[in-house]
Amino acid sequence: MNSFTFTQAAAVEAAVQDSATHEGAAYIGGGTNLIDLMKENVARPTHLIGLKNLGLATIENTPDGGLRLGALATNADTAWHPEVTQRYPLLSQAILAGASPQLRNMATDGGNLMQRTRCYYFYDLATPCNKREPGSGCSAIGGYTRVHAILGASEQCIATHPSDMCVALAALEATVRVSGPNGERTIAFEDFHRLPGNTPERDNNLEPGELITGLDLPAKGFEKHFSYLKLRDRTSYAFALVSVAAALELDGNTIADARLALGGVAHKPWRDKAAEALLIGQPATADTFRRAAAQVLAGAKGQGTNNFKIELARRAIVRALKQATEMNQAFDANAFQNSNP
Amino acid sequence: MSHVSQAALGRPPVALAPTQPVTLHINGQTHTLHIAPWTTLLDALREYLDLTGTKKGCDHGQCGACTVLVDGKRINSCLSLAVMQEGSEIQTIEGLGTEDNLSPLQQAFIDHDAFQCGYCTPGQICSAQGLINEGKARTEDEVRELMSGNVCRCGAYPNILSAVMEVLNGNEASGAKNEQPKEGTSQWSAGATKPDMAPVEPPKK
Repeated sequence: MNSFTFTQAAAVEAAVQDSATHEGAAYIGGGTNLIDLMKENVARPTHLIGLKNLGLATIENTPDGGLRLGALATNADTAWHPEVTQRYPLLSQAILAGASPQLRNMATDGGNLMQRTRCYYFYDLATPCNKREPGSGCSAIGGYTRVHAILGASEQCIATHPSDMCVALAALEATVRVSGPNGERTIAFEDFHRLPGNTPERDNNLEPGELITGLDLPAKGFEKHFSYLKLRDRTSYAFALVSVAAALELDGNTIADARLALGGVAHKPWRDKAAEALLIGQPATADTFRRAAAQVLAGAKGQGTNNFKIELARRAIVRALKQATEMNQAFDANAFQNSNP
Repeated sequence: MSHVSQAALGRPPVALAPTQPVTLHINGQTHTLHIAPWTTLLDALREYLDLTGTKKGCDHGQCGACTVLVDGKRINSCLSLAVMQEGSEIQTIEGLGTEDNLSPLQQAFIDHDAFQCGYCTPGQICSAQGLINEGKARTEDEVRELMSGNVCRCGAYPNILSAVMEVLNGNEASGAKNEQPKEGTSQWSAGATKPDMAPVEPPKK
């Protein structure tokens, strides 16, 4: 680890100010990804700004009927929060499908968004990586690509964003609240993370010094028909090869509203509104689901050893939509096996 | 001799590590350390406080050997900086029980032969204590899922599971979850202190 200084910020304004006066500063929430990257010398901040005393760990209802997750609320406290398990069970299920209990107790909701889009070549300083060292090349392309992207990749980078929580947040249309040197603003979730393009070093659209203060969930939680289906190399504590967040609103057997987002397949949580449009107004049948899946994978491109993920994703989408349709009772937060039937 | 200067190497000259005072509350004791800010909680425990029960396995949050309880919640101490834990109540395996007075989980691990080499065991026990504190797991499948952050190279998983289930069922049978815990269990709950435990001071410099 490189040398750095540390201060525990007492308020959001002080944290933002502290960041502005230290070149190379980084905010630290739970630290579960940042400290790991620092140990490998992939991240080398000169100054760390602790956030735990900012009073941003609350989860509370908003006037418009939604829910605000404080940026410093832990993933575990969020997943088990009664308002989340009852009104946004898709989010609860997605969080509990990710990481380990220890990591979920440390990782914060804001930090979950800020974990790096990454792959094993990004972690390996002995190999070129455009995300780590812009212009040095991509070692993954032509390499071993089991965890890599099949959608939205570029010639520069084929890494994936490994979050489960963010796939659910994409499907639920969350809003990201940030504070920075130029004041406060909100960012729609789909505009928060970036595709690699020619700037793979940038994972998201935060400006320098900006700090996530909270996540707003809209009132609609799709609590009756949802599924977070995560497929991976072992059934617990592994990143997704492919994950699917499916949420439906059904009027009889007709799909009145639909959300569909994928994890493990792209540089960002991959929501497909065109596929959702193919679902809305249609009967909730396997044929409808297959058409939506075909739309999602229409532009998919394998890298060799991850070609299997295209068909895996296609089938996972159909299965997740079927699960969402067929569930007829509220999510039992203790039914851990739901995501791995 | 090389004539390459430090500046030409593109990095600053090596300097002595700056330290800062950090006050930690561990197993009911307060310790003030002067350590570099990049000292992990795990290294602070092992290298500065001689609390070597907490083990360093992978040092990357993947194996769970370094699991400790912070404010009653299990975390990977290798992925947290000591400076981030000021004001927290930290409990390590040394704070769970003593040789003469084992915690229910420690006793159950022995009774069920829930280890071979024992290296992962302090982390397994602290994690299991965290699981019990959380109160979310009831069935064997749920315990397996919520213990997945702890890896055992020897493969003692079936016995670890049975040890945890015994304590979990003992708690449930006595109504410990919502009512008065049975005698002898309350002191093992999160953040509990052991007044008879010898104070541990940082090594003299």
